[in-house]
Amino acid sequence: MKIELEQHIAPQLISVLEKIHDPEIPVLSIMDMGVVRFAQIVDGIVQVKITPTYSGCPAMDVVGDDIVKEFKKQDIEANVSLVLSPAWTTDWITPKGRKALEAYGIAAPLEEILDKEALLENKKIVKCPQCTSTNTKMISQFGSTACKALFKCENCLEPFDYFKCLK
Amino acid sequence: MDNSLYNYILGISDNTLILGQRLSELCGHGPNLETDIACTNIALDLLGQTRSYYQYVAKLSEGQSTEDDIAFLRTEREYKNILLVEQPNTNFGYVIIRQFFYDVFHLLLLRELQNSKDETLAAIAKKGIKEVSYHQRFSSDWVKRLGDGTKTSHNKIQEAVDDLWKFTDELFYLTEDDKSAVISGIGVDVSLLKSSYYQIVEEVLQEATLTIPELKWFRKGGKEGIHSEHMGYLLSDLQYMQRTYPNMKW
Ligand SMILES: [Zn+2]
Repeated sequence: MKIELEQHIAPQLISVLEKIHDPEIPVLSIMDMGVVRFAQIVDGIVQVKITPTYSGCPAMDVVGDDIVKEFKKQDIEANVSLVLSPAWTTDWITPKGRKALEAYGIAAPLEEILDKEALLENKKIVKCPQCTSTNTKMISQFGSTACKALFKCENCLEPFDYFKCLK
Repeated sequence: MDNSLYNYILGISDNTLILGQRLSELCGHGPNLETDIACTNIALDLLGQTRSYYQYVAKLSEGQSTEDDIAFLRTEREYKNILLVEQPNTNFGYVIIRQFFYDVFHLLLLRELQNSKDETLAAIAKKGIKEVSYHQRFSSDWVKRLGDGTKTSHNKIQEAVDDLWKFTDELFYLTEDDKSAVISGIGVDVSLLKSSYYQIVEEVLQEATLTIPELKWFRKGGKEGIHSEHMGYLLSDLQYMQRTYPNMKW
């Protein structure tokens, strides 16, 4: 199922929002992560709505604080609220965000069917972000955070995180 | 304030809180690094879901309680979780069976709750389904690995099945508040999930070469606030900071 969603984001706010990064994946801006669902100026106050990647994601509180701080630097008051619906999906990570993940050493999420084959049937299709080999193996369904699984490359022998597909 | 809806939501979210608390006790104490990380990640998902429910419940209380009060300042009798989730981490077999018995139910519950007339509950459920699917995959895998593993692992996990089976029936019990939530189209009639539940559970246990005990008597009480002895100890851990330093904040 594909969810078409309009992100109601005022163009003049984008440059500020792009300065805020996921504290656990510092190369990724919250815009590239796709967690900003709404940003508009209402009666002189910036209203931002963000959605969590996972319910218990501890990064969300930090992201909320960072947004307020970043706008405050420009003497603008911001108010951040959390929305749950529609639920975040890895499809909302932008192409730029996927590239940043790979460059940081995290394999970007595969399509849902391929993701299942990699995680459940141990198919060798997840590309090692270090050497691009697909001779890789899952070590653990859960990695350093709930959104990732832990993999090992049997070509270069490096371990790496794989960002699980969430739909 | 709608007390019945308030209680209905606590009936769901106290389970995720208490199970999350049990799993977080494993932080740094898992049998190996991977399972330690997995259990604490699952705990985080469950506590995250709990926060969404409690924030909503706090809103319904119209300022009478906050998310933190609900989590930390109730007495034992006011918690509505089922007995299963408060059972201790006796060994890894118990951790996995308790998780598996809850995950199967949890996923069936959320799949129905996503159609709730209450928009907030439907949204929390939709989000939770994605997470709980991973939990069930993890616990089912381990049930099979331990059951169909060595003689020792088989015996240990069989003991957990024998011991925890008596708590599964309570999953399908409806309190008066549950019943009124069902009538208003907000709540899920959990009694209707029973046959799908046992079908899934039996399939996995069979594959794991584990047997289901024949029981005529099942235990219940948690949903009405009557808990097992373990609950008091669990709460003294959970509530320690707020009881010792009232109103403390991070
Ligand atoms: Zn490699």
